Amino acid sequence: MASKPKKILIRDLDKAFGDNQVLRGVNLDVAKGQSLVVIGGSGTGKSVLIKCLLGLLKADKGVIEIDGVNIARQTGGDRRLMAQQSGMLFQGAALFDSLNVWENVAFRLIYAERKSRKHAREKAIDCLAQVGLAPEVGDLAPAELSGGMQKRVGLARAIASDPEILFFDEPTTGLDPIMADIINNLLVERVKALGATTISITHDMASARKIADEIAMLYQGQIIWRGKPGEVENSGNPMVDQFVHGRAEGPIQMQVRRDFTSRR
Amino acid sequence: MNVVAATGRLTLDAIGEIGRIANFAARGGTAWFVGPFYWRAFGGALARIGYASLPVVGLTAIFTGAALALNIYEGALFNVEAFLPQILGVSIVRELGPVLAALMVAGRCSSAMAAEIGTMRVTEQIDALSTLSVDPFKYLIAPRIIATTLALPLLVLTADIIGVYGGYLVSVYALGFEPTHYITNLVDFLSVDDVTSGLLKAAVFGFLISVMGCYYGYKSRGGAGGVGSATRTAVVAAAVAVLASNYLMTSLLVEV
Repeated sequence: MASKPKKILIRDLDKAFGDNQVLRGVNLDVAKGQSLVVIGGSGTGKSVLIKCLLGLLKADKGVIEIDGVNIARQTGGDRRLMAQQSGMLFQGAALFDSLNVWENVAFRLIYAERKSRKHAREKAIDCLAQVGLAPEVGDLAPAELSGGMQKRVGLARAIASDPEILFFDEPTTGLDPIMADIINNLLVERVKALGATTISITHDMASARKIADEIAMLYQGQIIWRGKPGEVENSGNPMVDQFVHGRAEGPIQMQVRRDFTSRR
Repeated sequence: MNVVAATGRLTLDAIGEIGRIANFAARGGTAWFVGPFYWRAFGGALARIGYASLPVVGLTAIFTGAALALNIYEGALFNVEAFLPQILGVSIVRELGPVLAALMVAGRCSSAMAAEIGTMRVTEQIDALSTLSVDPFKYLIAPRIIATTLALPLLVLTADIIGVYGGYLVSVYALGFEPTHYITNLVDFLSVDDVTSGLLKAAVFGFLISVMGCYYGYKSRGGAGGVGSATRTAVVAAAVAVLASNYLMTSLLVEV
């Protein structure tokens, strides 16, 4: 059987901040239409990885190909062209609090695609409906929304221009389990409807199992395991095993524990 | 500790920071040379920085003009009715109007810019702008820099008129001057150069104030503490930049 074409391909990606080497030769690829979830503890480089993919950080070394085009060294206008085909849901939703909800959702349409405000508003209301929000919500300020509603608005904004690639940064962090499951369902449903390729980062295993076609684990700046959600429980990798089962004891030593020990 | 090494390091850090601010200012100031132009963002900035600063600038100017009139009156030895409006007019238009208005706008607006942009930075809103294909320099920085650079001369012109009027009120109603003498002496003595040099200074102050507010907000890190620190630094840097550039410009404009 022929494998699906690669939408995203990452090779030997390095990123350091001073002496702190965060990414150490990351290799990943995501097929068109596939949903890859990158799991890993705090400080393992998940956010840095996604920011390198989005062009918010410049990788020190390595290749990031989107549809066969290396974007790792692109800047300015070329990079913005790539951004036009992607959408991002931020951990804290990152809604613009000087604008109301519908303007947030329609932001790219108004300010990047220069669509009329009337057209943009109609599209925004449609996107809000897709994430289960009533049209009246469009006139509220982001500060008036609950955490779950803000995530929905963030998702509506991410999908407003029908992107081919979606990035989700900790999509369920800070939500109660029921709302987290509702958001997970929404992500799966919207991604399927768009046919988008997605990369999510999370440390919420329930979320990872629900939205992933495949799961990869990042540890100390490297991908140490990759497999299907059904395989994660019995990965055979002690670090994945410790993380998935949330055990304090094991090969992964958290930074806070080392610092505490060294100060005693 | 090696004092020479520490001094050298501090000097290099300061030069590096000035270079980074200059680079930021050039990028922010020229971001609108090529479209798209975000007129709505510009209009909002102009209203917040220009129109909303009118009351505080007006109050500062009227009280300064009034107090200055009393000081000149007390210090004058002869022909005070002729000299007072002249000295007051030149002081307000060339020096006090631009500097005091700039310091008020620095306190009011550079802090607001640093806090707003800093909060956007730490809550990933600036990252979100980039992911939505909008250049933060075009949407956030350029409108504020251009709006402040244009608004401050207009504010200073208003402050000049109100400041001179404050002197007029004290001179006429407290000191018993003849109103027409006050106005005639003022208008005859003041030159167009006096007014335009003040307005030129104001434009430079506006540019510097907005650059400081935007720069320190844009580079803020680390949550509420980082934003607070950025706000504080922005106000201090803006005030120092106004006062230092005022001396430099005055030394260039005044023929000694």
